[in-house]
Amino acid sequence: MIRDDLRCIYLIAAKDMRTYYLKPPAVSWGMVFPVAWTLAFYLRSPSNFEDLVPGLIAMTILFSTTAAEAVVINFELRLGSLERLLLAPVSTDSVLLGKVLGGFLFGLLMTSMVTLGTALGLELHPNLSTLIPVGLISLMVFSSMGALFSVLFKEVFEAQTFLNLPRFLMVFLCGVVYPISAMPSWLQAISQLLPLTYTVEGLRAAFSASPPSSFKGLLILTVFLILFILPAMRMLRKRFE
Amino acid sequence: MNTIDVQGLTKRFDGFTAVDGISFEVGEGELFGLLGPNGSGKTTTIRMLVGLSRPTAGRAKILGFDLSFGITEAKRGIGVVPDSSNLYDELSARENLLFMAKLYGVPKDVREQKSEELLKLFGLYERRDDRFGTFSRGMKRALTIAAALVHDPKVLFLDEPTVGLDVVAARSLRELISDLHGKGLTIVLTTHYLEEADLLCDRIAILVKGNVVEIDTPRGLKRRAEERSVIEASFGREATDLVGDLSARLPGAEVVLLDETRVKIYGGDPSRVLEEIFEFSKERNLGLNAINSIKPSLEDAFVRITGLSPTVMAREKGGKGR
Repeated sequence: MIRDDLRCIYLIAAKDMRTYYLKPPAVSWGMVFPVAWTLAFYLRSPSNFEDLVPGLIAMTILFSTTAAEAVVINFELRLGSLERLLLAPVSTDSVLLGKVLGGFLFGLLMTSMVTLGTALGLELHPNLSTLIPVGLISLMVFSSMGALFSVLFKEVFEAQTFLNLPRFLMVFLCGVVYPISAMPSWLQAISQLLPLTYTVEGLRAAFSASPPSSFKGLLILTVFLILFILPAMRMLRKRFE
Repeated sequence: MNTIDVQGLTKRFDGFTAVDGISFEVGEGELFGLLGPNGSGKTTTIRMLVGLSRPTAGRAKILGFDLSFGITEAKRGIGVVPDSSNLYDELSARENLLFMAKLYGVPKDVREQKSEELLKLFGLYERRDDRFGTFSRGMKRALTIAAALVHDPKVLFLDEPTVGLDVVAARSLRELISDLHGKGLTIVLTTHYLEEADLLCDRIAILVKGNVVEIDTPRGLKRRAEERSVIEASFGREATDLVGDLSARLPGAEVVLLDETRVKIYGGDPSRVLEEIFEFSKERNLGLNAINSIKPSLEDAFVRITGLSPTVMAREKGGKGR
């Protein structure tokens, strides 16, 4: 039974990669947008581009995972093709996990390209033992966040529109471009409630000379993962009650 | 042992009862029809039986598996053709079939062979590498059925398989369903086309407002209608507003409007009915075109059992009774 579910999770993710992710809209939102955004800041202040790299990677993680994830579920619910998956011997939870894995894999591909490109281009040597766990858990967190928005809203455009609110809020408040320490204290308090803060912190640690332990950040990101994925599963199950 | 055993199956949505404690059995190799108008609970019943909706009450067993805790096992032996053709537009015909086969865990060599076989059977082999999104409605329907058969199910659920198809495509699909039945597949078919149910089904359950009001063979159902006469009259001009007046002149008979100019009269004394129709037509200057005493059809049986007009039922679905 578990083997069947694992097989279906993989198949759904692979199918989604092909049908939704490796397409111009997902690629442009997932990679072109963060790169263009970062370039805008680079042109303003070219001397400290290295400081922008963790933020660029964090933005790529955020936008690539959520680029199509926020729409694929309710898009398929509308077309009836999600029901097609549920006719197979697979649970609703596994279908959702397959969708999350699709976003995760696409995010991993985009993020790997951006990370490798910047690290090689700028001759940076990140600490991989910090970079990899922070990157992987963050990809899962934001892919799950996309899935949650996808099941929260019935219309595709609603999910996409409402997802932009936390996405852009996080870009400004989580230390992607502006350091959190330079913000007013009440904004600093809000930033602590946003998952991208811990992704940026972890990535900064990975790119700094002596990285501090990011265990606490990983733990907090795991809590965010649970907070996003469990309600998403529950809500999808509810749609088929 | 029955292939499908349904007992007291109920589905309520926010106080509305869509399916109200229905019970029926389907034997191995039987082609069983669920017949009823829109909103009668056919699709809700199918959705519960294939695991897309959880029953509010009652129980159902398919292939010996109780759906409340063995739905995943049951799904391995079930093929489902939903009322919409919901495969993936971006994948080719062949890729869609292979993807479905993989979901059911069909081994690689078997799924390749089975997909090819089905593409040939459904006349889609030449278009196997074309995207599903480029197919005509009939071809999409055919591929959707092929996708439901790719894992060799023992039971096939067909929800309104011919809705939206042209006459030729619908006819060839019915032939295919008949062939599958001939091969011993147990089939549950929902339809609101009376002729389709009559042509294909071994037994029919008639559903009205979530209740099974009758289960019998098409012949058995028709026999009930034979107990009273059926006379059809066709007028030269619209008679829609005059049905009430005609009914009042025919006590003990039931007048059903078939379309703007045609009525069917069930029951009553046949000679009296004929006399009254001639008289009525003359008085109202309707120009009687034809009058026939006809052998009861399944449509007549349906009208007698449900009190519904079959024409209205076909219109509800946005199609024509065929």
